[in-house]
Amino acid sequence: MTGHTLIEKIIMNNTGAADVKPGEIVTVTPDALMIHDIFVPFVANKFEQMGFSKIWDPDRAVLIYDHLVPAATVDDVRHFKAGDAFAEKYGLRHVHRNDGICHQLMVEAGYVKPGSVAFGTDSHTTTYGAVGAFSTGIGYTEMAAVLGTGELWVRVPSTIKVELEGELPPGVTAKDVILRLIGDIGADGAVYRALEFGGSGAKALSLASRMTIANMAVEAGAKCALFEPDEKALEYCDKAAGALDLAKLRPDADAVYEKVIRYDAKTLEPVAACPSQVDAVRPVRELAGTKVDQVFIGSCTNGRLEDLSAAADILRGKKVAPFLRLVVTPASREIYQQAAEQGILKDLTDAGAMVTLPGCGLCCGRAGGIMASGEVVLATNNRNFMGRMGDSTVQIYLASPVVAAATALAGVIAVPN
Amino acid sequence: MQPSFKGKVWVLGDDIDTDIIIPTDYLALPSVAEMAPYAFSPLRPELAGQIKPGDIIVGGKNFGCGSSREQAPEIIKALGVACVLAKSYARIFFRNAVNNGLLLLENPDLPDAVKEGDEVEVTPGVAVRHAGKDYPLAPMADNVLEILSAGGLVQSMKKRNGLA
Repeated sequence: MTGHTLIEKIIMNNTGAADVKPGEIVTVTPDALMIHDIFVPFVANKFEQMGFSKIWDPDRAVLIYDHLVPAATVDDVRHFKAGDAFAEKYGLRHVHRNDGICHQLMVEAGYVKPGSVAFGTDSHTTTYGAVGAFSTGIGYTEMAAVLGTGELWVRVPSTIKVELEGELPPGVTAKDVILRLIGDIGADGAVYRALEFGGSGAKALSLASRMTIANMAVEAGAKCALFEPDEKALEYCDKAAGALDLAKLRPDADAVYEKVIRYDAKTLEPVAACPSQVDAVRPVRELAGTKVDQVFIGSCTNGRLEDLSAAADILRGKKVAPFLRLVVTPASREIYQQAAEQGILKDLTDAGAMVTLPGCGLCCGRAGGIMASGEVVLATNNRNFMGRMGDSTVQIYLASPVVAAATALAGVIAVPN
Repeated sequence: MQPSFKGKVWVLGDDIDTDIIIPTDYLALPSVAEMAPYAFSPLRPELAGQIKPGDIIVGGKNFGCGSSREQAPEIIKALGVACVLAKSYARIFFRNAVNNGLLLLENPDLPDAVKEGDEVEVTPGVAVRHAGKDYPLAPMADNVLEILSAGGLVQSMKKRNGLA
């Protein structure tokens, strides 16, 4: 028997199988299920249509309101009511009504741990791979079924290994790593596959940075993106995770990878995804001078403390360019509070930023900075699809918080100094 | 095995994402029927009104990439589309389509061979015939066929729970 990749190990631990191979269809038991506000009415409706009378394990389900928080239209409130009613009827205890973006909370509040298997009604559920969890997005019908049955079929994915070696140059971030990878392999470069990140450069990344990378892996079509869990992962998770046996969560030296992609971190540079494809990635220096109307720093991709802090370091004591709108959205209440305590919010607002409440609003095109025909935005979130942040002619560039802050000062796309 | 059927094709390109299939703006509308007129609106606002029941949507690679929104396959089904034919599919869209009983067919060459308005003949599980040429279809896993033949995951769960 040959060795196993990290995703294979996690699936084997979950199912008790002594061996699994890519392509095999297996049934897993989830450790955590995440449902968000925008789909909860549909989950509730399908759950009852299917004829379930109870949730298999209500304590493994987490309901999070984030896409519609705070409500922008009267109709949005219907989702909160439907969620509240579902939680009450079926005994869900883990309900977050205004604590932040789902993917941030699932990690921050310790619902997922190294080795967990988690499913969520959002495509960016891949984020929890940052702590070494197998997590991926599913639709609301499937969520309804798994809430009732406690099991879900998955095809064991083959694994693409990404080796990041060495240290990133100053001003180059995890966002540049994942954008570069997506640009290299394409928006379908990892469809049905697991991405496994390793190498000294990956080990050196903070958990927040790993979350940025795992979050965007789905933009290359990946089923999941995993970092080998280490002390940093345990520190970030619930302390109870300390009892986990990390030895069972190490890829074998003779694991079989479909492909290995290597990056020398010191050769990477700031890049951006250009409108309107996530894989249309170019060096920021080639885009410098492009006029922008708005800059957005936030989202489940780049709304963490290190992101806000990096932006504040550039904006401190300066003013955003005339006529430019800078919107900043921390990923959670906890991050918002920490940013306030550390003076980061003051730096940002002094520079002219509008700091919004934690939530998905602008990234998913619902509220908090929607844009008009022909406008240009440079944003730190994960998608630049046509129409994503307002009118379908809005041009969306995706880049790091560092590039975003430099651009906000210049009023045109700018390479950070 | 489903019987063969014929349909007229609408040809879209590579990477047709779920925000194109149904923009987030319309996701909070109360029903899929109310969302259906906005299908594909960022790319081709007139398309939803032109699609007739039994028509076929042809995409390139990575059809349905993007968000987990299940309204995407539901809306395609609500428009009466007989099946989607593409070079490849994004995984969440694929599962969502199966769970809603929307037939997805895969062939690497056909999407480049057809022109909008052409008629093709589909024999599910076997091939698609276009201009006298047969394009073989990729096989489907047994558990996927099982959900499809039950008419989707809701029907299959109803059966499990003794309701159908």
